[in-house]
Amino acid sequence: MKKIMVCIKRVVDYNVRVRVKPDGSGVMLDGVKMSVNPFDEIALEEALRIKERGTNAEVVAVSIGVGDTQQQLRTALAMGADRAILVQTDQAVEPLVAAQTFLALVKKENPDLVLLGKQAIDDDANQTGQMLAAIWDRPQATYASKVELAEGRATVTREVDAGLETIEIDLPAVVTVDLRLNEPRYVKLPDIMKAKKKPLDVISLDSLGVGAGVLLKTVKTDPPAQRQKGILVKDVPELVDVLKKKGLI
Amino acid sequence: MSKVLIIGEHDGKTLNLATLKCVTCARGIADAEITIALLGADTAGVATQAAAIHGVHKVLRVDRPENEHALAAVFAPQIVALAADYTHVFGPSTSFGKDLTPRIAALLGVPQVSDLMAVEGAHRFRRPIYAGNAIITVEADPARKLVATVRVASFEAAGSGGSAGIETRVLDVSLPTHTRYLGAKSGSTDRPDLQTASKVVSGGRALGSAENFQLLFSLADKLGAAVGASRAAVDAGYAANEMQVGQTGKIISPEVYFAIGISGAIQHLTGIKDARTIVAINKDGEAPIFEVADVGLVGDLFQIVPELEKLV
Repeated sequence: MKKIMVCIKRVVDYNVRVRVKPDGSGVMLDGVKMSVNPFDEIALEEALRIKERGTNAEVVAVSIGVGDTQQQLRTALAMGADRAILVQTDQAVEPLVAAQTFLALVKKENPDLVLLGKQAIDDDANQTGQMLAAIWDRPQATYASKVELAEGRATVTREVDAGLETIEIDLPAVVTVDLRLNEPRYVKLPDIMKAKKKPLDVISLDSLGVGAGVLLKTVKTDPPAQRQKGILVKDVPELVDVLKKKGLI
Repeated sequence: MSKVLIIGEHDGKTLNLATLKCVTCARGIADAEITIALLGADTAGVATQAAAIHGVHKVLRVDRPENEHALAAVFAPQIVALAADYTHVFGPSTSFGKDLTPRIAALLGVPQVSDLMAVEGAHRFRRPIYAGNAIITVEADPARKLVATVRVASFEAAGSGGSAGIETRVLDVSLPTHTRYLGAKSGSTDRPDLQTASKVVSGGRALGSAENFQLLFSLADKLGAAVGASRAAVDAGYAANEMQVGQTGKIISPEVYFAIGISGAIQHLTGIKDARTIVAINKDGEAPIFEVADVGLVGDLFQIVPELEKLV
């Protein structure tokens, strides 16, 4: 294991309650706190643990997005990534374009393993890892809750609807991580200072020869339908009564 | 005319209910001709089930030993080969579908609509983003194939009464050997499947321990319900991972959902908002769960749950 690439997305922070603009043109993002996508943070933590387990792999954090995405890459460097690359663009990046961009970086960097979150908590698409694996023509192991490495291959336990599934994949490969793979470390102040000196390259999307174009046009953004506020019952017999009347028990 | 290829999910014996919901979704496209593709080691039995779904035109069987386990890297090139004759490829928004369909879309060089929740036209759909805090309407290029996962909680299961023709296909596709299935461990349970159960009893951090979750299992058994959990309860180790309901867990639409000791974080609510009736039991009357509950009871769950079990 010489090199691990971790893909990171800048997203609205987990704790922000996103609201739809009144004119339906999108969601309100002005002045909202931005963070590393929590699943990508778990992916980075896993990469760092693999490095610290004695493989001494180089951990490269990569992202695609606006110039301010450097903040999230600095966070990744502070957590322990060795260097970072930002593919800068002001356009919205759909999953297929993200996958094509990461593939261009993979061809330059030749990582043994690409780690990323199973989904980003903004578009909830759950596509980029699988798409990268497809166009790279390499194995994918999605929703990982355990990753064990051996020479030239990995054994990955996956969280699936029925429970857990274990597969073996040859390396290089793409692994997308689920919530319970690990608990990411907290960043300490000295690490933030050190991260400022680590290399962070900024390149343009155009320079990679990836066309950004819009594949899926978003024509409207609506708030979700609200549920009607219900009734409060005073005790269990009344609850049972209501449920019986509704034919639910 | 739209020709929709639905990737059937099954375990070799039974067709997953999610597939029937995909059929309902596909029927929302005007004049859609619907085909179900079944990949497996032996799909004879599930093909019969698929052919009986109302509204299905054709069932394609692709049987080969490599298809015994649903590995995305193995399935994707085969679906791509089948997709040549279709305008749309749909899979369910289950761990099976979510793993597989983006790989197909990328091989086809087309985008994917994830978690399709409403059909507004052959190439116009609605889907949730930001944990369901916003719903976007997207339009895809009609000149390209459209790949989508269907948010199963948004659709009813299609009925029976169909009599589709069943065809066996032999595909000249070389399959990768770089991905190998080793085994599975299911959360062994005789209870109904959480994803498709009509009743769900779900617990949160207020349960306090894995032992206390027994209270819910006991109530669930009396009701014939599946058992779910909030992320907080799973993170605390009170409940198994596959029980998690919410943005990053399962999205469900039971007839009745009992949220017990669950405060109702937005990420949890996104997983239950299609439930027909939500019952909330919580000692904090200000908990956000009461904003969405149809019936609420403020009080101590440790007294309420045993009493409820006795009275139902």
